[in-house]
Amino acid sequence: MRDTRPTVNISFDGVDYEGYVGESVLECARRNGVTIPSLCFLEGLSVWGGCRICVVEVAEGHRLRPACATQVTPDMEIKIETPRLRAYRKSVLELLFAEGNHVCAVCVSNGKCELQDMAVFSGMDHVRYDYQAPRREVDASHPKYVFDPNRCILCTRCVRVCDEIEGAHVWDISYRGEHAELITEMNRPWGDSLSCTWCGKCVAVCPTGSLAYEGRSIGEMEHDPVMIKRLAVARSRGEWLDPEGAI
Amino acid sequence: MAAPIDLHEVMEREREERFRTRWRVKACSSTACLSAGAGATIKAMEDLVERDDMVLEVQVIPTGCMGLCSAGPLIRMMRRGGDEADYRNVTPEAAVEIVRSHVLDEEPVPEYQLDTSMPFFTSQERVVLANGGVINPDRIESYVAHGGYQALEKALTTMKPKAVVEEIRKSGIRGRGGAGYPVASKWSLLAAASGKTKYVVANGDEGDPGAYMDRTIMEDDPHRLIEGIAIAAYATGANQAYIYVRAEYPRAIERLDRAIRVARRNRLLGRKILDTNFDLTVEVRIGAGAFVCGEETALMASIEGRRGTPQLRPPYPTEKGLWGSPTMINNVETLANIAPIISRGGDWFASLGTEKSTGTKVFALAGDITNTGLIEVPMGTTLREIVEDIGGGIPDGKQFKAAQTGGPSGGCIPSKFLDTPVDYDSLRELGSIMGSGGLIVMDEDVQMPDVAKYFMEFSMDESCGKCTPCRVGTVQMHNLLQRLCDGTGSKQDLRDLEHLCSVVRDTSLCGLGQAAPNPVISTLQYFRDEYIALIDQQEVVHA
Repeated sequence: MRDTRPTVNISFDGVDYEGYVGESVLECARRNGVTIPSLCFLEGLSVWGGCRICVVEVAEGHRLRPACATQVTPDMEIKIETPRLRAYRKSVLELLFAEGNHVCAVCVSNGKCELQDMAVFSGMDHVRYDYQAPRREVDASHPKYVFDPNRCILCTRCVRVCDEIEGAHVWDISYRGEHAELITEMNRPWGDSLSCTWCGKCVAVCPTGSLAYEGRSIGEMEHDPVMIKRLAVARSRGEWLDPEGAI
Repeated sequence: MAAPIDLHEVMEREREERFRTRWRVKACSSTACLSAGAGATIKAMEDLVERDDMVLEVQVIPTGCMGLCSAGPLIRMMRRGGDEADYRNVTPEAAVEIVRSHVLDEEPVPEYQLDTSMPFFTSQERVVLANGGVINPDRIESYVAHGGYQALEKALTTMKPKAVVEEIRKSGIRGRGGAGYPVASKWSLLAAASGKTKYVVANGDEGDPGAYMDRTIMEDDPHRLIEGIAIAAYATGANQAYIYVRAEYPRAIERLDRAIRVARRNRLLGRKILDTNFDLTVEVRIGAGAFVCGEETALMASIEGRRGTPQLRPPYPTEKGLWGSPTMINNVETLANIAPIISRGGDWFASLGTEKSTGTKVFALAGDITNTGLIEVPMGTTLREIVEDIGGGIPDGKQFKAAQTGGPSGGCIPSKFLDTPVDYDSLRELGSIMGSGGLIVMDEDVQMPDVAKYFMEFSMDESCGKCTPCRVGTVQMHNLLQRLCDGTGSKQDLRDLEHLCSVVRDTSLCGLGQAAPNPVISTLQYFRDEYIALIDQQEVVHA
């Protein structure tokens, strides 16, 4: 299908590209094969803008913008790989690693984790900040899935997919600041949830090992976030198309 | 439908009431004086009037804040058509003595008398607080008698909405919430926005530690706020307004609720206001105690009944705000300035203050200073005048060290900049901000890293947790500051702290996170040696 939207000229790190009016910087970059690292963003879900990994420099002002939530404008000069941005991205990742209890060696998602991939991509090889080592209890009350909040980075993909795609809204965030945490229903065990449909979309989209199938061992949990894009595209067009050529 | 209030008739009636007794006692019943015991003082005077049969001689009138909160409870004895005498620290016994002495012997009581010729009173310019210590906040008649609702009447009956915005533009007023965005620009945006439903919101979620400007306005002059909101709504085409007040201000909520009811009964709100075609509903919405809800997108989420977390902008509230409709959010103090601007003209307002920061600003003066309380000065007044003249200097012969403005989003200004005029741009140049009006004075004993740590702890506690840099970065900065303050920090800690300052400032989602490092950045800028000393001390110990 040809895109008939009006176009604008933009550039990523000095290389010219064509963007569509109404498109976000991140979408535009992905379409053109330009990498902007991101974590909380997921195609098919609403934009959250909380992880701050995808911040880019837009030449006209020095304030950084999240690529996921900034629309392309004519002659936009977007910088992605500047020394400042590289350093910031690394620091934000370090903060995420310092915040939770991310121990890759014993994680179900080891080797298949977006947070881990992001750290490798960004060259983050150590954490210079204090590990906060929070005490968080694992919720294994659900017969089919396990929720380990120690590995949660509060990207809210599960919250959004459950609310926007499945329509159940089992997940949400409670408390604030460093005490913010994911809860199911009215902060009751997931297994007691009456609204959960067992659809597993939250597990599919989780970027870390926080949500996993029951019974998976180290490195055995593979997520399937692209499924949501397939679902979203299928719903919006009323037919089962494959946006990635992966079905 | 009842007839609307006749402002001029009410004024006449009130004038008669004013001359009914030979003496009037105005007693401050603002929160600060009440906590100093003003309730008992007022009760004692009312009992005295009753018991000694002085009803025809004296009337006791509870009023709003008189300003010098550190000397409360305050009262003012006013003789019909004549002189006044102010008193400080008035206990119930003292009140009885003062009233008796004035009424029976025509003699003041020097022991408790307050010198109103001191700069604290003479150097102020009261526009927003003009009615403090003058009117009874619970009586709309009292507000009307002092010119209340005349600006609304003028706007509704003689001015087109565009002319009202133009008058505001002429005044040059900038937002009093801290950032200093031109008010007229915001109003024009909402006026130009299309849509049947538009909202005006008064932001009364004042949260800076030690600041209570907005609380005082809402408690002591609720009708001034309502009048400002009504004019703003008329000028921008909105028919629904909310006053967002934090739950920690129960008296403000109570008084606003009552004021709204009374205003509606008098056809100053509701349908066909003052018999014109303008309708406006005003409701109070109560926050649940989160500092971040002062940020406008979080505030709107809270009004809608959702979790109070900031949303990404754009779209800006004037495009897509409450329930998707265009919304304009103004600070309470901004809206309290509107009625005087319309009454006296934008040019008059622009003649106050400096060229780029017009009008006056209310400050809550606190910390190591002789006169703490609420003051209002023209923009551009120097810090020295505020601290040394109005504030009466530092107690116990100590030296001034720094002034903190802007609360957890602001910075510290050292003594070498005491002669800086206090306006939006000068403060920003010094690495601080005007903020909503908290002004904390610190003497030589204060350790600046401690100050930075205090404000960082505040930001850490108040972070909503939505974005990574603010949620985790504030915790880490607090850890580093804690180590430095304990004397166990290293040079690397200081480097990490500085790096985190830029990360959190540049990558956070909303103003709270972006401004959270400011207290650290500004204390490092001016008092770096204190941080270094904390590290050196430790290195000496280890060697």
